Amino acid sequence: MNNLAILPIIIPLISGAILAFVHSKVSLSRTLAKLFMLINLGVVIYLTLEVINYGTIILETGEWVAPYGIVLVADSLAAVLVLTTNIIAVAAVFYAPHSLTEAKEKHYFYTFFFFIISGVSGAFLTGDLFNLFVFFEVLLIASYALIVLGGEKVQLRESLKYVLINVFSSILFVTAIAFLYGVVGTVNMAQIAERVQEVDQQGILTTIGILLFFVFATKAALFPLYYWLPKSYIVPNPVVSALFAALLTKVGIYSIIRVFSLIFIHRPDLTHEAFIWIAGLSMIFGVIGALATNNIKLIIAYNIIPAIGFIMMGIGFFNESGMSGSIYYLIHDMIIKTALFMLVGIIAYVAGTSDLRKMKGLIHDYPLLGWLLFIAAFVLAGIPPFSGFIGKIQLLKGAFENGEVVIAIIALGTSLLILYSVMKIFIRGFWGERQTNNKLEKKPIFGMVTPVIFLLACSTILGIGAEWFVPTIESISSDLLNPQNYIDSVLKE
Amino acid sequence: MEIIISILAGIIFAVAVYNLLQKQMIRIIIGTVLISHAAHLFILTMGKLKRGQPPILSEGVTSYTDPLPQALILTSIVISFGLTSLMLVLAYRTAQENKTDNMEQLRGKPNE
Repeated sequence: MNNLAILPIIIPLISGAILAFVHSKVSLSRTLAKLFMLINLGVVIYLTLEVINYGTIILETGEWVAPYGIVLVADSLAAVLVLTTNIIAVAAVFYAPHSLTEAKEKHYFYTFFFFIISGVSGAFLTGDLFNLFVFFEVLLIASYALIVLGGEKVQLRESLKYVLINVFSSILFVTAIAFLYGVVGTVNMAQIAERVQEVDQQGILTTIGILLFFVFATKAALFPLYYWLPKSYIVPNPVVSALFAALLTKVGIYSIIRVFSLIFIHRPDLTHEAFIWIAGLSMIFGVIGALATNNIKLIIAYNIIPAIGFIMMGIGFFNESGMSGSIYYLIHDMIIKTALFMLVGIIAYVAGTSDLRKMKGLIHDYPLLGWLLFIAAFVLAGIPPFSGFIGKIQLLKGAFENGEVVIAIIALGTSLLILYSVMKIFIRGFWGERQTNNKLEKKPIFGMVTPVIFLLACSTILGIGAEWFVPTIESISSDLLNPQNYIDSVLKE
Repeated sequence: MEIIISILAGIIFAVAVYNLLQKQMIRIIIGTVLISHAAHLFILTMGKLKRGQPPILSEGVTSYTDPLPQALILTSIVISFGLTSLMLVLAYRTAQENKTDNMEQLRGKPNE
């Protein structure tokens, strides 16, 4: 029964290994990848239902009792995020064959794809800080392979920067863990939380907390550490960009949620207050980047940064509405960012360019694509009844409960500008006369559009069916605000 | 002993950061190698040095070496070893394709 917690890590790992052996047979590896992904999704749905109905599942690996061994903790937050990851992965695995060339698929795309899923699930599920570092490395190394897949000139150039910044922040992560181990003498998150609580987070502990925040903020691309993100996220294939946008930055923000709702919670005047300002600046600078460019891929890549800002804002408030808003927005953003990156990939494919100045009138040939982008822009900006609206309303409620009016105004203004930045693609790319040169024939896009429709449907259900999801999200956020529950369930006291 | 090793780790950190800030690709990679060494030394120091005892705890044993930092370092060394070789290959290919190993020239154009 407890072994259920490790399945979302093990199944993709084994699938990736199997797919490495059949990498030269493209159609076989496509079928197998889809099959394995659906099996994994089934297992994860079962896990999530178990966790939500019967409470946290804890696996003590090798029967080493916590806090001595490594524990995997499938609490409701982790389970829900693993489920979202798998929904995205299913969409991506169906999108991939239409978007990638066969040569890329042969070069172990599916293997690394499954390793990323495995690493992300592991990072969500682990209850051990050093193990979190290891899973970060699993997903990062797989991402290094995916970002450079294809080996073009610009890809190599940008991936070198991406690898360097991530290696540097990983080493800082190890250093921060060493500091923390030197002070509290453990790497089990629940036990760290207990010991930090005993000494009331004095002196050096807050400094270590901020060092950890610096590491996670680099991975999550928060202001002022986002400079590496936009350019490196636009160079790989659209399906790879979609996965990165949906998963990698979100693992960083998840780690911030975990560490700053469990361990470093006793000096909110030093940490959580600062988060609110960092969130505000991330929103402003991210959206300025999105407005300033004519490259459709860059517009969407810059839009990752304000979304991270929104999530960060709720963590800064650290009240029930703020936290549940953050979690809701996190799930919503994972889904919609994947859909948008896929849509932009299709637009760049049919228009033959990603420069907005060179495209117009696409609506004549691709009406479905145009309206999907329109809906996706609405979802992203948080127009009711879509899912972004529910998350934002909770976040704003959290803001007004804490009396933080300035950040609420910044958030609302940013939402409008986000809507404008994506609508720009719709207006300039889809409106206007049909382009007259005969070079652009109509290309079949049905296979690529289906996964996007699936993701937008998920997002709409998340928005319209908010009544079904909100109780779960609220119970997750009240769990996060009472870290004693987590500590007790792991250490069994 | 711990103080000396901490200072040593600090010096290596400083040298590594200096190297990371250079423009030449290979120097940057040497910087990441050095910084990972510094981090590993630092983890070892955090587990207290030179107790002259095996890392075994059983009944009646009162002094022992902490095995956890060693396990952590081992994991971390393997990872940084793999990453270094990956980075070397990546840097080699990048330098070949872009015909330069100067990071200043690898910035990319503003409106690409």
